[in-house]
Amino acid sequence: MRYSYYPGCTLKTRAKELDRYARLSAAALGAELEELPEWQCCGAVYPMAKDEIATRLSAVRALMSARDLGTTLVTVCSACHNVLKRANEDLKADENFRTKVNNYVAPEVPYAGEAKVIHYLEMLRDEIGFDAVKEKVVNSFKGKKIAAYYGCLLLRPGKVMAFDDPENPRVIEDFIASIGATPVLYGQRNECCGAYVTLEDKAQAQKSARRILDSAKAAGAEMIVTACPLCMYNLTANAPEGAVPVKYFTELLAEALGVKEVQA
Amino acid sequence: MSGHVNLKDTVLEISGVNPRKCMQCGKCSGTCPAYGEMEYHPHQFVTMVDRGQIEKLMASPSLYRCLACMACLERCPRGVEPAKLVEAVRLLVIRQQGQNHMTGDDIPEKLDPELPQQAIVAALRKYGK
Ligand code: SF4
Ligand code: SF4
Ligand code: SF4
Ligand code: SF4
Repeated sequence: MRYSYYPGCTLKTRAKELDRYARLSAAALGAELEELPEWQCCGAVYPMAKDEIATRLSAVRALMSARDLGTTLVTVCSACHNVLKRANEDLKADENFRTKVNNYVAPEVPYAGEAKVIHYLEMLRDEIGFDAVKEKVVNSFKGKKIAAYYGCLLLRPGKVMAFDDPENPRVIEDFIASIGATPVLYGQRNECCGAYVTLEDKAQAQKSARRILDSAKAAGAEMIVTACPLCMYNLTANAPEGAVPVKYFTELLAEALGVKEVQA
Repeated sequence: MSGHVNLKDTVLEISGVNPRKCMQCGKCSGTCPAYGEMEYHPHQFVTMVDRGQIEKLMASPSLYRCLACMACLERCPRGVEPAKLVEAVRLLVIRQQGQNHMTGDDIPEKLDPELPQQAIVAALRKYGK
């Protein structure tokens, strides 16, 4: 199966491993990720005001390009996914936004949200299937207690993202189980890590990180997995001493599939 | 006084929020991870916008402590979406000439080698124009 792929700016820089392991694992699972020929940074946070048009255009352009290629668009970074998905859903629902965007970009074929955009975890769950993942595992994480960290952007707003149950998600736990490990549930798995506020007030971000990390530790987690480079930053750089270590889910996937050391 | 009315209208228009739907249950504030850092909590934003106290909100550091995590928006039983009000009021401030809360010039001293690009992009989007 072929997919369009939107890596986003952070996966090209600070989070290169997240990207590399995502590509290696997809290839091992028979999914061909083809990076969009041209894309710009999506802006990282979705502008919520109705009159913000220009700030949403780079996301719209990526969506249009996936529509033209005729393939489902896959994202990995939670933030990119939130921006692209919300822009697409708003294009479907908000006529004023749709008209302005089409007038501004003037695409050959008008765009009304036809692209399908899914997160890599949705590709694993809905397209490849966790059973198929399980069959390809060569290095099982059997016995390892791993906690999922969803954060906020994958899940919310729940009606728009339609990713999983926003209050009781399970896709990452199912992923953890598929690589042989034991998923650990804890209260803070879908509460925010502090996000960009780390640049405004580090103490606030440290407080958020501690709340999450303490909650995972108390539940017996030996490791936490995330999909987002900013979650990764907040849960490591803003973590208290002796906190549970955090990994990208794609790294564990690549390791489980035995492709971690492959040179792409 | 007419100035207040205009500000309120702008906030309601760009946010798309109807504060009248709020029943003051406080669930949004109860779930807000920035509760301790915000002078005005999400349910207060809703009431204050409804009362037209926009200038008070515009002067509050609370605008820069909201994480846009959408917990308040997700968990409000009345679909009020307080996060959109916080964003709209913040935009009223930073869209004014010279009122950016953070600019590219502020970034270098805040950089650390692990910081992901998206944090910088996000902060500049949220705190400036
Ligand atoms: S969310 Fe981030 S990493 Fe993703 S493209 Fe957008 S800004 Fe860049
Ligand atoms: S948890 Fe933090 S980085 Fe992660 S999605 Fe929320 S704000 Fe983003
Ligand atoms: S949760 Fe909704 S109804 Fe309750 S106080 Fe907050 S905005 Fe009002
Ligand atoms: S979006 Fe802002 S106000 Fe709402 S819960 Fe999150 S931090 Fe609090």
